[in-house]
Amino acid sequence: MGEVHEHPNWGTYKWVALILSVITVVEVWVYYVPSFVASRLFVPVLLTMSAVKFAIVVMFYMHLKYDHKLFRALFTGPLIIAILTMVILLFLFGHLAIRAG
Amino acid sequence: MATAATADVVGHGHPPTTTGLDHRKIAIWAFIGSECMLFTSLISTYLVYKGRSVTGPFPHEVCNPPQCATTLKPILNIPVTSVSTFVLLMSSLAMVLALAAVENKDKPGWAGTGAWGRALASSKLWLLMTAILGATFLGFQAFEFTSFVHEGLTIRQNLFGSSFFTLTGFHGAHVTVGVLWLLTLLAIDVRRGLGPKDALIVDISALYWHFVDVVWIAIFTLVYLIR
Repeated sequence: MGEVHEHPNWGTYKWVALILSVITVVEVWVYYVPSFVASRLFVPVLLTMSAVKFAIVVMFYMHLKYDHKLFRALFTGPLIIAILTMVILLFLFGHLAIRAG
Repeated sequence: MATAATADVVGHGHPPTTTGLDHRKIAIWAFIGSECMLFTSLISTYLVYKGRSVTGPFPHEVCNPPQCATTLKPILNIPVTSVSTFVLLMSSLAMVLALAAVENKDKPGWAGTGAWGRALASSKLWLLMTAILGATFLGFQAFEFTSFVHEGLTIRQNLFGSSFFTLTGFHGAHVTVGVLWLLTLLAIDVRRGLGPKDALIVDISALYWHFVDVVWIAIFTLVYLIR
């Protein structure tokens, strides 16, 4: 019922920081590869790396992986609504389109 | 249950709640949820206006006459922003170490022995480090804003300038609040020492700080890297 806490230790935090740094380096590196920037993979790959970094910080540094599910709901609920709203706005203003046929 | 509830009163200094969770922690998560919506609206505005400025400077493209009076190079400085992003990521590491030091203060030797163990166990060191890294990030942002203004990009110049300065300015304001919050905690730590009984207030400030970090993770990709 109460807050379930067993926060990670220095070892985990160190690896998390390393993974975040490596992903950031890769993100910046792909930005300077013209052939990759021109490819269809550029945006999805960057978005995926950003989402992974986001999730890692939220799970391990904000301890959401270890905390009560109510906190998870309080964070993910508004986040999902916000992302859906953003996607809808991008469709509405023509930045995203569904190609038929 | 009654014993647990009584222990909760003693432990946290406030009445027990129906959820068994501390109201302050529920409040900060609800606040963070609402902040998600605020920043997503600002990011959405930036993305909706992306590529619709009729005059330069532009974020990733060269602006040539007659669109601009003179040729203007792409304005975003990716190397500088990459360094500031790394600084903010490392500030999050320092913040979790500050929280761990406060939570474990009554467990001598939990961080090991030697100089590194003593450093790991020092909440003052990590709070100060987090505040310094946060202030460094703000310094990078001040440099970026100043150089943009010198290059002709103001909040009134074009749609890119308006949405960019509003988004990153709001984020910078949040970082500033975070730095002030951290310095307040550091002052309390210096004055009377922070211990396990104070873990919750440090945890709440840490949640705010990490949130500011994750917002920047999104901004860095969506604004700076994606062309």
